[in-house]
Amino acid sequence: MNADGDIRGAVHSSVRHDSARGHVTGVARYIDDMPLLPGTQEIVLVTSPHAHARIVSIDVSAARAMDGVRGIATAADIPGHNDVGPIFDGEPILADGLADYAGAPIVAVAADTYDQAYAAAKKVVVEYEELTPVLEIEDALEREQYTYPPQIITYGDPATAIAAASRRIKGELRCGGQDHFYLESNIALAVPRDDGDLDVYSSTQHPSEVQHGVAHALGVASNAVTVEVRRMGGGFGGKESQPTIIAAIAALMAVITGRPAKLRLRRDDDMIVTGKRHDFLFRYEAGFDDTGRIDGVDILMGMRSGNVADLSPGVLARALCHADNCYHLPNARLAGYPCKTNTVSNTAFRGFGGPQGMIVIEAMLEHIARELGMPLDDVRAVNYYGTDERNVTPYQQTVKDNIIVPLVERLQAEVDFDGMSKAVDDFNASHETLKKGLALMPVKFGISFNTPKLNQAGALVHVYADGSVHLNHGGTEMGQGLFTKVAQVVASVFQIDLDNIKISATRTDKVPNTSATAASSGSDLNGMAAFNAANTIKDRMTGVAAEIFDTDADQVEFRQNRVYAGNESLSFSELAEQTYNRRVQLSAAGFYSTPGLHWDAKSLIGNPFYYFTYGAAIAEVVIDTLTGESRVLRADMLQDCGNSLNPAIDIGQIEGAFVQGQGWLTSEELVWNDRGQLLTHGPSTYKIPGSRDVPPVFNVHILEDAPNRFPTVFRSKAVGEPPLMLAISVWLAIRDAVSRTADHRHFVKLDAPATPEVILNAIEDVSRRDSVQ
Amino acid sequence: MDGTSANLGSALAINFILNGEARTEASVSPTRTVLEYLREDEVLTGTKEGCAEGDCGACSIVMVRNGSDQVEAVNSCLLTMGQLDGTRVATVEGLSDRGGELEAVQAAIVAEDGTQCGFCTPGFVMALHALRHSGETVTEEVIHDALAGNLCRCTGYRSIVDAARAATSGPAEAPALSASPEPAAAELYEAQGQLFLAPKNLAGLVGARVAHPDAPLLSGGTDLGLSFSKNREAFPVTIFTQNVAELKRIDEDDAKITLGAAVTYSEAMARIEELFPSFAVLVHRIGSRQIRNVGTFGGNIGNASPIGDTPPCLIALDTMLTLHGSNGSRDIPLETYFLDYRKTDLAADEVIASLSIPKLGADQVFRSYKVSKRYDQDISAVVGAFRLTIADGIVADARIAFGGMAATPKRAPQCEAALIGQPWSEESAIRAGAAVSEDFQPIDDHRASADYRLRVASNLFVRLHRDLEGADDIEVTSL
Repeated sequence: MNADGDIRGAVHSSVRHDSARGHVTGVARYIDDMPLLPGTQEIVLVTSPHAHARIVSIDVSAARAMDGVRGIATAADIPGHNDVGPIFDGEPILADGLADYAGAPIVAVAADTYDQAYAAAKKVVVEYEELTPVLEIEDALEREQYTYPPQIITYGDPATAIAAASRRIKGELRCGGQDHFYLESNIALAVPRDDGDLDVYSSTQHPSEVQHGVAHALGVASNAVTVEVRRMGGGFGGKESQPTIIAAIAALMAVITGRPAKLRLRRDDDMIVTGKRHDFLFRYEAGFDDTGRIDGVDILMGMRSGNVADLSPGVLARALCHADNCYHLPNARLAGYPCKTNTVSNTAFRGFGGPQGMIVIEAMLEHIARELGMPLDDVRAVNYYGTDERNVTPYQQTVKDNIIVPLVERLQAEVDFDGMSKAVDDFNASHETLKKGLALMPVKFGISFNTPKLNQAGALVHVYADGSVHLNHGGTEMGQGLFTKVAQVVASVFQIDLDNIKISATRTDKVPNTSATAASSGSDLNGMAAFNAANTIKDRMTGVAAEIFDTDADQVEFRQNRVYAGNESLSFSELAEQTYNRRVQLSAAGFYSTPGLHWDAKSLIGNPFYYFTYGAAIAEVVIDTLTGESRVLRADMLQDCGNSLNPAIDIGQIEGAFVQGQGWLTSEELVWNDRGQLLTHGPSTYKIPGSRDVPPVFNVHILEDAPNRFPTVFRSKAVGEPPLMLAISVWLAIRDAVSRTADHRHFVKLDAPATPEVILNAIEDVSRRDSVQ
Repeated sequence: MDGTSANLGSALAINFILNGEARTEASVSPTRTVLEYLREDEVLTGTKEGCAEGDCGACSIVMVRNGSDQVEAVNSCLLTMGQLDGTRVATVEGLSDRGGELEAVQAAIVAEDGTQCGFCTPGFVMALHALRHSGETVTEEVIHDALAGNLCRCTGYRSIVDAARAATSGPAEAPALSASPEPAAAELYEAQGQLFLAPKNLAGLVGARVAHPDAPLLSGGTDLGLSFSKNREAFPVTIFTQNVAELKRIDEDDAKITLGAAVTYSEAMARIEELFPSFAVLVHRIGSRQIRNVGTFGGNIGNASPIGDTPPCLIALDTMLTLHGSNGSRDIPLETYFLDYRKTDLAADEVIASLSIPKLGADQVFRSYKVSKRYDQDISAVVGAFRLTIADGIVADARIAFGGMAATPKRAPQCEAALIGQPWSEESAIRAGAAVSEDFQPIDDHRASADYRLRVASNLFVRLHRDLEGADDIEVTSL
């Protein structure tokens, strides 16, 4: 699989995002930008103000009499199944009899204009009987109220190991959730076609699930529904399962009104109605020796699943499978509890539990370091996975590609970590109210969906007789540059310039039964499927070329937009025409399934990941001990991308993920009131990072000469999620800064997000404990 | 239509220039948002809705207001059609599609890989297009100031900031926008059963207020605009203050500066920076450029929000308000204007005409500090504003006010009393800070707890002391 750099846009080159020009000129079209067919209906939802209430009655008569109203639907109007659960049954589209979170959709109103639908929705009268809500993780844990049974990994004999250890710690930690805040909120447009068929334009990472969900809701077969998505205005996991609800409602209203119907959630509704990153409560215990080496851990993860399970089983499994991060845990009990609360069901979000799994082990290692009076990185050093021994994870997969130690050493050397640390000490000695902190964060992240069946992908490639290429695959474009990368793969296979390849919208009638574009797997899976499709065609064209040149197939070479055999050659387009003329098929479907995966979802044992990707970051922060305000001054990171398919795109993924992770851990705070209503439901109250929040010194590097040890597409590695966890360095640096206010004498109690208030509380807590001593 | 309105003259249409072409709109609702007009009526879908509350910037366009030649970025989601009368505006489609060559900002963003999902991109392009034509010396600080109103969730901004630097490093050619002739602004527009009054002088404004006492006063629309964008209101009458000549004046003498109530933050910025630099730092953190280009001091006072950032500062600065009504004008201290949560001393026939801020004496210092979860464009947990008169090391006078600590912006009499007559020292500052809890009983909300607010307000006295001692490390942004 060697790539030839002589064509424009081969793999491993920094090609621009295929839509860059469309983005800056405003011509790149999103669903809300599509010209509407006459009669298109706008939909507005009526949602529950109560976190937990029985729906006694719904009166839509006044709403129905309003101008422009052409359709109103409640759960009773759904012709098929009122259920979009991606894993378990029983997750309704419209609440039926019971509203179990504040924001649960109950009624959909369709009218000729948005204002008409909005006015009519206000006239819908829903009578509720309020029930007591369960709003906190602790309450759900106490009641053992879960959305599905707890997931527990047991490895070795943790209880005995902890009891027998020479040192022990116990602690508690919580980390907040996170709203995706994709700039394009959830949207779907359903258009009726012949025979009751529907075309659905959905801003979704998972067109197949939208197709199945819509068909299921309408009581029709999958072949009656076609889903298309050209691009999303951001996804981040928030458009993995959530769009199914949105699309199902749009489809329902299209069927009821007989007209095209569009549902675009306005920002506040999007934040209130749809799920977010899971917040967690952790309780941990660890036994270790005097060098800091861990003998055993017992970690409880109380995860806020929300009103239903949605994708929680996968998120929790990944959290449990990342509680080791880069460290060997010889004995471990990792117990996950999917707490059922009367809050919106949480869902996928970049990292998918990984960040939550890692944050607890990092806090625990820091706790051990403070307990022993050792630097955190010395504790890490004795716990890192080995390469040939101490390399089995608690879920019993052997880590075969470990490069974390050399990677960390390289980063530390490049930034002069020891020198930075001394400079931080000097700064703190000479500054009264501002204190700096510094921390490193190593990351190991498992690549593949935890559920083996999802690790498959399809592609469809056509070569037209003029030599131009049409590329389609099951992956979706949400800004991550997947379409560009997969096109580079096809360009490299055919050895033709990238501009000969037309990238087309993802459609369920071109490639069926696809998985979500998620788990960082987009280019691994779809790139390989496209690779296989293109090679099928290339083999056929090679056969034709061999005939034309009267030689053996192995003498034929595709190079620089031409096809050679000895001294003879044809252009790629001439060969395409000849292939057509000889009645040889120029179209092929490609398929790929990741080899070697197995997973027992009950015992949580197996080989869920094809490979691991590695990275490390060092962050320097400053905090104000008077107000708790913080600022990231510098971040340096080194990320393993294998042989990067596109370094420019991968750098963008790393930077964007880091800043998104920084937001999760600092300024992004979801606040609910005591009735379970979300108070932070717009950018005026929910603060994602802005340009000034990016570290002024921001050095991002891709690890060089590090091909994937496993045969992925052109030996590349996935990049979407792993760098988000590099931002844990920021949170650890804040902890370090707080810790330095008392010369590291105390373990810092600091939850995430580390808002100014949380930081000020931590400073005062450390100071209080220091004065007691 | 009543007599007062008729006296203002009549216009049948809103006239403006859009991407270089004249537009005359005679039937559009005056409170329809410009964003919806662009996307639905003009099918210019490059301009996006990300939040409809002026915080994400995806809807940014550029505008040259009537009587101005400054190209400014504004949020089209909060701008009403009535406000377009007499203006020239451009959208992302207006920058490049003639001939297909990319405008400098567009080209730089492409070159720096500054797009991922692309949904925020047109807004960034417009914000930076305005920066390119602002005539400013572009520094890192200025770039962040210009981008504070634009959120990107994909890129992590580094590539966009690099593009901003590249696109603004050379000389900017004249913006296409100013080549078009300026359309005339009318005083009245009526369509869809809605009246939009845009008087040109104070007498006309008061007349409109008397005739329509229930009509909202629309100045920049950065708060009122939410009524249209989100709450879908269609007021029968709206009174627009931006065209009132007297309200746009900035007057200055040796003793004070007087800002007309409709002067925008941006218009006043240069004078505030010179007279009250600490206040200017805080004003730069109000909203974003898109907000400050239309938002006004009068509006920030007029809506009487407990979390407005300027009132505590203006109270500490001993600002006087001039209210103008049908029986003439009266001057009142700003601190007596706020009666209770969203309640003010403004009579039904009155408008805020201007605010006068006394200049600082040689022995006076002023400092203001804002604490929020995010530095830029965030609503404060606490704002502390301090004007001290220090003679021979003794605090002769102290005017101290806080925002975010009560239902209205409020002075801190016990803190002041603890300082007055005392030597200005760290001990005095700490003692004054300890009095915060006597002055305020703040509340818990999603921005901060009451306890945190009290501690921070108290600690700000320590910051104040260090600041006045000349410390160069008083905030995390000092580094």
